[in-house]
Amino acid sequence: MEGKKEEKKPKNRVKMREQDPLTRARNFNEVPYGYTPFDAVEEASRCLSCKRPTCREGCPVEVDIPGFISLIKERKFLEACYKVKGKNALPAVCGRVCPQEIQCESLCILGKKGEPVAIGNLERFVADYEAEKGEIKVPEKPKPTGRKVVIIGSGPGGLTCAADLAKSGHQVTLFEALQKPGGVLIYGIPEFRLPKVIVEREVEYIKKLGVELILDAVIGKLYTVDELLNDKGYDACFIATGAGLPIFMGILGENLNGIYSANEFLTRANLMKAYLFPEYDTPIKRGKKVAVFGGGNVAMDSARVALRLGAERVYLIYRRSEAEMPARKAEVHHAYEEGIEFLLLTNPTRFIDDGKGNVCGVECIKMELGEPDESGRRRPVPIKGSEFQIEIDIAIPALGTRANPLLTKTMPDLKLNKRGYIVAEEETGMTSKLGVFAGGDIVTGAATVILAMGAGKKAARAINEYLKWKYWDFKS
Amino acid sequence: MFKILKKKELSDVVTLFEIDAKDIARKVQPGNFFVLKIHEQGERIPLTIADFDREKGTLTTVFQKVGKTTYHLGTLNEGVFIMDIIGPLGIPSHIENYGKVVCIGGGVGIAPVYPIARALKEAGNIIISIIGARTKNLIFWKEKMRNVSDELIVTTDDGSYGRKAVVTIPLDELLREDKDIKLVIAIGPAIMMKFVCRTTAKYNVKTIVSLNSIMVDATGMCGACRVEVGGETKFACVDGPEFDGHKVDFDQLMKRQQMYLDEEKIALERYREKYGIK
Ligand SMILES: Cc1cc2nc3c(=O)[nH]c(=O)nc-3n(C[C@H](O)[C@H](O)[C@H](O)COP(=O)(O)OP(=O)(O)OC[C@H]3O[C@@H](n4cnc5c(N)ncnc54)[C@H](O)[C@@H]3O)c2cc1C
Ligand code: SF4
Ligand code: FES
Repeated sequence: MEGKKEEKKPKNRVKMREQDPLTRARNFNEVPYGYTPFDAVEEASRCLSCKRPTCREGCPVEVDIPGFISLIKERKFLEACYKVKGKNALPAVCGRVCPQEIQCESLCILGKKGEPVAIGNLERFVADYEAEKGEIKVPEKPKPTGRKVVIIGSGPGGLTCAADLAKSGHQVTLFEALQKPGGVLIYGIPEFRLPKVIVEREVEYIKKLGVELILDAVIGKLYTVDELLNDKGYDACFIATGAGLPIFMGILGENLNGIYSANEFLTRANLMKAYLFPEYDTPIKRGKKVAVFGGGNVAMDSARVALRLGAERVYLIYRRSEAEMPARKAEVHHAYEEGIEFLLLTNPTRFIDDGKGNVCGVECIKMELGEPDESGRRRPVPIKGSEFQIEIDIAIPALGTRANPLLTKTMPDLKLNKRGYIVAEEETGMTSKLGVFAGGDIVTGAATVILAMGAGKKAARAINEYLKWKYWDFKS
Repeated sequence: MFKILKKKELSDVVTLFEIDAKDIARKVQPGNFFVLKIHEQGERIPLTIADFDREKGTLTTVFQKVGKTTYHLGTLNEGVFIMDIIGPLGIPSHIENYGKVVCIGGGVGIAPVYPIARALKEAGNIIISIIGARTKNLIFWKEKMRNVSDELIVTTDDGSYGRKAVVTIPLDELLREDKDIKLVIAIGPAIMMKFVCRTTAKYNVKTIVSLNSIMVDATGMCGACRVEVGGETKFACVDGPEFDGHKVDFDQLMKRQQMYLDEEKIALERYREKYGIK
């Protein structure tokens, strides 16, 4: 027995094939190609099917990870997909954009000695397999409960909550301000990382569950939440409007032409498909020398889009060091490979005007790491006299977002925190306003797709309970 | 999908649409605007609201053909559907009884100033309106404006209609002679609003302008519309579109409005070529 175990040393992960870095840096096609069925079975066979699977605890939407992986081992790919979809309505999305390294995979037992099972890659494989086979199965419609729930915002939080509530038999209406559903998945995350047909496919599935989707509807303007609850007869409301307001740096010259918030740059490129201009009408400036500021996913995405729009040089300027970068590791790695130039421990101090109102350069200062700050990360401090200038024609601050007050300011009875985010109970999403739940970035501040989905799932459960008992006990 | 119920050419470059948009019409107020996208490949552009009818559930907008999207829009006929209309957006005009108010509309800016003038009139104000344009055939809604004004002055740059002047000339005279004017509202090209503000600053009369920045989402999410007001960066779509004109950095606004001149030219030429329009 012992000897046999020795032989079964954990194999390495099955790598996913990718487009060559220099080729992909000039196109918008997806970077990794995905697993073949052979790869998937091979990778799945690494899983030990643990009795007490720790990986599951790392999944906010409670996917039965060893369960679906076992089905892959048996080559029951469709069944594996249905198993995932029982809990997760957006598997093809999650398989691509979740930071598995800090979620499920960080808890996989194999990670203690070697590489954890590539859970994300397998999830992506089963979802793509189902779509390719064209056998998208919709669960049987449950008995209608006669209850109506309204959801505001069609990002991952709203979509997950909508799917779960529809599966419970409630009548669900989902309002979205933009012309397309998906939130950040559609306007923020670029095509080469998350092809839009995949988002469309998963949204289509949620519509098939019976969710009514109303686009172009800015709640707070078109209807207030009170109107929806009192006049339109909705029994409960879930707010998942995301964070969404761009933060600027407040430095000189920031309103010069050629300076885009990452939100604007990515919205033009992704939602409006400006990279296809003039086929599509929305223009975008194609810079030769582009500077992106920040170290998160948003910064990586902006830099890589700029590259694909034809930039000769793209600088990623971040005030801390690589270790502190909040972006997914895979994306930082991809950015490096594609030739993004990282200027770390560097902070911009002002933008330079070409005399005609366009940005033509940025002045930066070098930083060093000092004492740890509240976040536990070492605080960067400027090094006196280390200023230098770089020539650029496009600048993209990607320094995070704030809460958008557009909706919340029409709800004076909704408790917000100091930063304008909605105060909601973590386990239920319950807010200070009767019948109103909230979750995702509008509660936590900019976070991740899976955390927003987890919040949507918990809120759906709590809304179910609320619709049964009509009991409201908000503690906070 | 939103149906065009009525179309009227106000001049060879200015068109009026009445659009079926019940939910928006229910909520819209003077000073609001909306965003429109004609079709799948289209861009999102903000347009002002010139009038609305809550009973009929309609919005009226007046636009000038300047770029590809507005040219294309101008070719659409009654009965045709527009893919996306999003609104009402922006903070509505603040309406109260100020006393005496001057309402200025320049070019297509005449349209959005109309519902504001009407609301101010209904609130008991004395309204003096000045409407101006480059030349005669760009002046429209003279009668409508007269109906909501106690006095109406019409100007054209070339003198082909009304007084040969830019709007700031009669404005200056009014302010000089009448110390009771409490407020000036000006909507039109940025350059006009800039000079209106210069004029009113001399007399220290509060001036509200409505800014037509480039926008994308128009819900505060992107910052395309940002403009400096009183030294602070504001988003025209959610903090405005109306601002205290004396605090607006119009030069910056005008530069930002020109950010895509090259691209607009490419798009328009391509469109004209495709449809054989000169
Ligand atoms: C460029 C970018 C890349 C990212 N990359 C990753 C990644 O790789 N992995 C990861 O896990 N996370 C990533 N994130 C973060 C992640 O996308 C978000 O945390 C997540 O989308 C939040 O989901 P949400 O449902 O709370 O809101 P959102 O996705 O922000 O969706 C909110 C939706 O609500 C709509 N809305 C807002 N106000 C209203 C209103 N008043 N009426 C109607 N609708 C309204 C918005 O238009 C939007 O569609 C990224 C974010 C960005 C911007
Ligand atoms: S912890 Fe790792 S090995 Fe164990 S069941 Fe989960 S994925 Fe498989
Ligand atoms: S248009 Fe995007 S924030 Fe104003």
